[in-house]
Amino acid sequence: MTIQNPSVQIKSLDLSFGAVKVLRDLDLDIADGEFLVLLGSSGCGKSTLLNCIAGLLEPTDGQIWIKGDNVTWKEPSERGIGMVFQSYALYPQMTVEGNLSFGLKNARVPKAEIAKRVARAADVLQIEPLLKRKPGALSGGQRQRVAIGRALVRDVDVFLFDEPLSNLDAKLRADLRVELKRLHNQLENTMIYVTHDQVEAMTLADRIAIMKGGSIMQLGTPDEIYNAPQNRYVADFIGSPSMNFIDGELRDGTFTRDDLVLPLDGYAFAAPQVSDGPVTIGLRPEHIATGALIDATPVRSEVTVDIVEPMGSDTLVWADLGGAPFRIRMDGQARVTPGETLPIGIDPARAHLFDRETELRL
Amino acid sequence: MADVGMLAATQAAEHPVRDRLSGPSGPRPKRRFSRTNIMVYGTLFVVALYYALPLYVMIVTSLKGMPEIRLGNIFAPPVEVTFQPWIKAWSEACTGINCDGLSRGFWNSVRILIPSVALSVAIASVNGYALSMWKFRGSEVFFGILMVGAFIPYQVMLYPIVIMLRDAGLYGGLTGLVLVHVAFGMPINTLLFRNYFSSIPEELFKAARVDGAGFWAIFFRIMLPMSLPIFVVALIIQVTGIWNDFLFGVTYISSPDRYPMTVQLNNIVNSVQGVKEYNVNMAATLLTGLVPLVIYFASGKLFVRGIAAGAVKG
Repeated sequence: MTIQNPSVQIKSLDLSFGAVKVLRDLDLDIADGEFLVLLGSSGCGKSTLLNCIAGLLEPTDGQIWIKGDNVTWKEPSERGIGMVFQSYALYPQMTVEGNLSFGLKNARVPKAEIAKRVARAADVLQIEPLLKRKPGALSGGQRQRVAIGRALVRDVDVFLFDEPLSNLDAKLRADLRVELKRLHNQLENTMIYVTHDQVEAMTLADRIAIMKGGSIMQLGTPDEIYNAPQNRYVADFIGSPSMNFIDGELRDGTFTRDDLVLPLDGYAFAAPQVSDGPVTIGLRPEHIATGALIDATPVRSEVTVDIVEPMGSDTLVWADLGGAPFRIRMDGQARVTPGETLPIGIDPARAHLFDRETELRL
Repeated sequence: MADVGMLAATQAAEHPVRDRLSGPSGPRPKRRFSRTNIMVYGTLFVVALYYALPLYVMIVTSLKGMPEIRLGNIFAPPVEVTFQPWIKAWSEACTGINCDGLSRGFWNSVRILIPSVALSVAIASVNGYALSMWKFRGSEVFFGILMVGAFIPYQVMLYPIVIMLRDAGLYGGLTGLVLVHVAFGMPINTLLFRNYFSSIPEELFKAARVDGAGFWAIFFRIMLPMSLPIFVVALIIQVTGIWNDFLFGVTYISSPDRYPMTVQLNNIVNSVQGVKEYNVNMAATLLTGLVPLVIYFASGKLFVRGIAAGAVKG
């Protein structure tokens, strides 16, 4: 996919720490005004990539372009970026106002202009009453707002977020997530956001880049990532509880494993020509039909309930399907007891088929 | 000893609900005179006495006249308090041909102390900052070499330094001695500052760089305001170290006019002519020890905070 007028371009970027390759030949184009989320488990290189874009780490090879400029050798402050850190990284001995204006003072912006921009940022983030306080006297959420404000006053093209919500408690995280989305709608800046939280990724992103071992496994909209994962890793990573995987054989467009036979009639194959052989089928726990909904599904089966986890809004059932654990997400009001036999329905159109060798989507 | 536990249980029994709870309930009763407490406080008392007694003897002796001292009761408080020994020690005691007491040495020491401390703390703090925040190729090796310097006994280097100072034309003067103090204070102080700055979150440094602050701006605007405790620690270590130094002072100063206070004290106390004036010697010693003592008292709290630097958060 080529992007017209990209805001940030990463061109065959490599980064090694000694013998350890952290980023491998990475290419990424980010559109102007896009909210891109870099998602991955710890150690996948997502924060490293963000630090490279910020100019805080020197790449071993490759280029970084921002707004049509090659910024590979430029200082962080010359790149037109603002960054928000997980630990807020507010200057503890300065007031909120001092924190917001520090970057502008370094850039020798006139005083009147500084005051204007600080006032605007404070207004956008609703932190005016806090301006004279020091970071020590602020709550976690307020601190994070100030940290965002520090990026905001610099009037930059690109915002970089390094797990900004990970230090907050669950409720505050949900609130600030919505605020971030609102902020992005309002500012329409390019934002690059690193997280390991898939909920944040799915809710905030225009596009998500799922990373593993220094490479991007899949780049796509949240919808694409969820509904058409390109490989088994992405399929496993996205979704909570995670996808059920069943190894079996593909023969004449039918998936078989022991007594489970799944004719893949409604399934949209990714490859035009699919040969028979060993495959893995992935079924999301929330796509397993139970109760009255079974009637609408073409394939039926039965599982034995092992453990029931009621969560109020829904109930997670751990069952046993041919000796392998099988997760089913049921309605919160469903009453299931361990040991009972549960009839289930499967819709092949919502299944995901992967080659067992290459782990790629079929 | 009264059984406090039993007593608490009896009181609890009067309460309508607790009545029905049998066995231990609420906070566990503590005994004030347990064996552990007696051991701990006893040991502390003895150790405190051990350290305080010599000081007591010195103070008492320095306030006595010579006739009273000759009686030999070193622990007895002065019958007739006199400050004459203090005055004599400060402004009249003779070393060689000079008879203006310790005051000359005091001012020499001050003239050595202030530039040495200022220079060594300033350089070491920048060193530590650069070594922790701006790691460059070979910075670890550089730090390693600096640390080796801390483990070489400096007696080994006494004579080579004499030659170096002589060739530089600085031997015998205060400037040369200041340079020696600065150099020898460098390893330990650099280590101190490096470890302190390493405990400051890296993200703070990154944020400052994104905000366009350079090497000195980050140092002066971000790091310095956060590092008062470690400066106090370095200050105390340097002030006491340099003030108490005897070896360098006696080696690198050629004229008795410019001897630091410690060397002069030694010369007063060890002078072989005339009567040994114990009271003057005691007063002179106390005077010499006064500066580090004042520094400790004035900044003790910050010193402890700096030592526990890892616990200091922004």
